[in-house]
Amino acid sequence: MAVLDLSEVSKSYRTHLSVRRYWILRDLSLSVREGEIFGFIGPNGAGKTTTIKLALGLLFPDGGTVELFGQEASRPEARRHVGFLPENPYFYDYLTGFEFLDFHARLFGIRSPGRRRRVLDLLERVGLANRADRQLRLYSKGMLQRIGLAQALVNDPRLVILDEPMSGLDPIGRREVRDLILDLKASGRTVFFSTHILSDTEMICDRVGMLVKGSLKAVGAVEDLLHGETPPYWEVALRWQGREALPCGRVVSCREDRLLVRVESRPDLHRLLAFLDRPGATLVSVAPARRSLEDLLLREVRGDVVPAAGPESGPQAEEEGMRHAG
Amino acid sequence: MPGRILAIALNTFREAIRNRILYLLLAFAVALILCARALSLMTVGSEEKIIKDFGLATIDVFGVLTAVLLGISLVSREIERRTVLVLLAKPMHRAEFVIGKYCGLVLTLLVNTAVMGLSFFGLLLALGIADRAILLAVVMLFLQFLLITALAILFSCLSNPIVSCMLTLALYVIGHLLWSFDLLKARITSEAGRAICTLLYYTLPNLGNFDIKGQVVHGLPVPAGVIGWAVLYLALYGTGVLLLACAVFRRKELQ
Repeated sequence: MAVLDLSEVSKSYRTHLSVRRYWILRDLSLSVREGEIFGFIGPNGAGKTTTIKLALGLLFPDGGTVELFGQEASRPEARRHVGFLPENPYFYDYLTGFEFLDFHARLFGIRSPGRRRRVLDLLERVGLANRADRQLRLYSKGMLQRIGLAQALVNDPRLVILDEPMSGLDPIGRREVRDLILDLKASGRTVFFSTHILSDTEMICDRVGMLVKGSLKAVGAVEDLLHGETPPYWEVALRWQGREALPCGRVVSCREDRLLVRVESRPDLHRLLAFLDRPGATLVSVAPARRSLEDLLLREVRGDVVPAAGPESGPQAEEEGMRHAG
Repeated sequence: MPGRILAIALNTFREAIRNRILYLLLAFAVALILCARALSLMTVGSEEKIIKDFGLATIDVFGVLTAVLLGISLVSREIERRTVLVLLAKPMHRAEFVIGKYCGLVLTLLVNTAVMGLSFFGLLLALGIADRAILLAVVMLFLQFLLITALAILFSCLSNPIVSCMLTLALYVIGHLLWSFDLLKARITSEAGRAICTLLYYTLPNLGNFDIKGQVVHGLPVPAGVIGWAVLYLALYGTGVLLLACAVFRRKELQ
């Protein structure tokens, strides 16, 4: 069952006093299944946050439909089982950690005394129990991110939507967020998060959607996306006792007659293997390097860098962001 | 639904009472009210009238300032700081957010007006010139603040705080001079001009409905039904303004 379903969603905006229309998303279709961790990746300006805001009814699509648990996303009831943490969250800094969570629990209609118990449990879970009576203005960025995660879980949601949850965190903070996401999945929750930290995505996501310039370029399990991809290079381990130079490749390491050679194209690999047929040469191993999501994303972004043309082209900032990423 | 409105209202109230500006305004207002006695000694005329007039005017000005300064940023600041995103991602109607914000400010103004009103009444008691009509005038001022708050929230949904502030204060001034449209209409010969005057007279907020300061200060009888009419006017006009604010906010894109 799809807990979040976007079908042919388009979104554009106009700047003030301008007739020029900038497209942020075009015909985006995407389904997030119950119980999975779905990573939404793409360069800055690709439209990830816009997609999330559409999914939460904070923005309205120009075309297409957005559904949460089978209901139109703009209906408040559709968000009953959803938790959300925005990117770089700014909260009411005059509230203490306890007051902040208590306030959000009230918005879900959670009644006392269960509410107090729930808030204390969450503070414990995100490691802020000893900072509960401190105003948020005194929290560090990592602590704000953690209290933000706690408010996203206050209603024990079935779907948790996180916009760049690891952004700006130190490695320990990132690890904690990653572990929390895995915990949520283990308890049967669905997690949909956007990020541009691709190593984390590869590590924890069941499926990944790749958004570039408002279009979904790829979606599926990480292994499926990378399967069939030509490796970026091969590492060939060999023994060579002759004096003749190798026909191609770059020697990465050399110890006595044992060499590790990197070749970057398939014809070069064939030439090297053919070379190793001669006496004095022994092939030890051939290891293709694994492509990463980063390689895939870079290829999609580079392939998409085209100059803006006509009144319906993407925003300049978006173009710049992608050029930079590419 | 009422639970969420109450949660937003209490949080808005909490924000206001943790805001130093409110205390500065309040302290300044109370100080000015207490200075009314000193001012009356320096002027020629009836001391009692001057004290009452000055005290009520101070409550009026500071109440309006509080309503405007807090009201104009109630919604727009939430959007600007993006605190609204986590709230509206919850199962909450946008109208609940607007009404909750309004109720929170009403609670703040209630406390604010009570402090100013009771300080003023205490001074009058100490001077032996207390009159229950003063309390009636303060209640009428409070009703006026409620209408101004509704206008401030509407503008806050539509625009940035500076524009909202200018528009709300402009309506406050116009609202007290609305009688002049009636006079103007009598002098205009053009039908279109008269129609415009009539339209403006009935569509702009008539804050004269809440103003009984003149009668109270001069010890004149306050006509029966004045409070009833003011409450009815506030209920109709204020509800209309709040509904408009909700309608504007309902389709607002939260970038």
